[in-house]
Amino acid sequence: MDVTATEAPALTGAASGMPPTTDLTGQPGPADLTGLTGLSGLLLLADSRLPAGGHAHSGGAEEACRTGAISGPEDLARFLRGRLATAGRVAAALAWSACAAAHVPKFPDTEVPDIRAADSGDPTSTGPAGAADAADKWRLLDAEADARIASPAQRLASRTQGRLLVRTAKRIWPSRALEELARDVPDGAHHPIALGVAARAAGCTPAQAAMAAAYTSVTGAATAAVRLLGLDPVTVHRVLADLPYDSVIAEQHDWSALPAHAAPALDLLAEQHLRTEVRLFVS
Amino acid sequence: MSANHDDHHDAPDGHGRALRLGIGGPVGSGKTALTAALCRSLGPSLRLGVVTNDIYTTEDADFLRRAGVIDPDRILAVQTGCCPHTAIRDDIAANIDAVETLEERFGPLDLVIVESGGDNLTATFSRGLADRQIFVLDVSGGDKVPRKGGPGVTSADLLVVNKTDLAPMVGADLTVMSRDAAAVREGKPVLFTSIREDKGAHSVAEWVSGLVESWRHQHSHSHLS
Repeated sequence: MDVTATEAPALTGAASGMPPTTDLTGQPGPADLTGLTGLSGLLLLADSRLPAGGHAHSGGAEEACRTGAISGPEDLARFLRGRLATAGRVAAALAWSACAAAHVPKFPDTEVPDIRAADSGDPTSTGPAGAADAADKWRLLDAEADARIASPAQRLASRTQGRLLVRTAKRIWPSRALEELARDVPDGAHHPIALGVAARAAGCTPAQAAMAAAYTSVTGAATAAVRLLGLDPVTVHRVLADLPYDSVIAEQHDWSALPAHAAPALDLLAEQHLRTEVRLFVS
Repeated sequence: MSANHDDHHDAPDGHGRALRLGIGGPVGSGKTALTAALCRSLGPSLRLGVVTNDIYTTEDADFLRRAGVIDPDRILAVQTGCCPHTAIRDDIAANIDAVETLEERFGPLDLVIVESGGDNLTATFSRGLADRQIFVLDVSGGDKVPRKGGPGVTSADLLVVNKTDLAPMVGADLTVMSRDAAAVREGKPVLFTSIREDKGAHSVAEWVSGLVESWRHQHSHSHLS
């Protein structure tokens, strides 16, 4: 039997009587696909299956479950809203800044913002405009992140996740930007900065990098609560779906004016977590 | 800025680094005891590092440190967030980080043992983390376990059946276990141990020594990347 001859008409719809149209939506003209730019990178970076060590961090949720601060979906929703509005907002701003400042050779040089072009001449400024040397820019942005994380335990967790993400991203999206970050912050850049640079290497826009940072600032904690308390995972995903991610994302230009929303409760949870003998998560 | 920075590859091609040996198996089968036994037997002749994947806290790492079989600094503990198999199979980043940290601090090393958290029969190590792996069962889990198979039992480079001293007490037939294991493993080696009686697990240590020797032979002469 000639398989090709019998199957070919079915593929075009002719055998079933359907008109051989290529536009099943009824919309005139080709679909607008420009919105897809960078999306595949965003999906890969925001996926909890990304092999970059994130699965073992609870963002304070384990300690909050242990102490009873989180005992059900309502508590969890409040915890996640607070996390998003503070740590999430700061992470999104840092990821935006890192993505915007990352130099990826596959873009023409003219399209890459030159962080030295608009030098304000003020050597004490910690904004990109004042970065006297490109090699300093990652150390400067990393210092901005450092200054915004009060708890040493959270700083450690952030650097650990950043180091692991850079290691993983370097193999998935080999790029000069990631190599520079790994070289300039050898002990591990803070996670949002690593995420921003990885996002750029993955072809994402700064806004997409910020969305990845906002989203991952709550998903790890949500998953941890599901595992630790046996919460209904569908209920928890409803909680995640209702969070106002867009509200914490804003365009960033001046590193010295990055948001610095603190969450003392998260700081305390992180510190207590490190001192708890029985723990399943790194943070 | 110059682009002629080091072209650094993290791919686990094996050149210039220690053999990475995964030790997996169900809870309580004797993974930590085997790790301690290997340190005891191989420590005098090989440069070792150990990474533990504790389910809770640092229980396994603390056991090894107390056993005094290896410099405590050469043991690193990785937390696995309720999912021990994820940390050795799906997302190995934290384990790779620990292995490379040991190699940076104490290298060159001959052998890094990565002991998984206690898990079920389906747990296996990613090839991106472990070059070779041992799966540890014990007789008290029942002599049917080898027949049930599962990726750990069937595909591990070495299957160790531990606690043979308990066989008479739990009614486990070692002949049955040996026959079934041979059948599902298609000739790959199986060793029976009683680490309580043989503190150095000498048959396993000998097998590991052979691995390290051939690893060294294969990977010390050229640098392909």
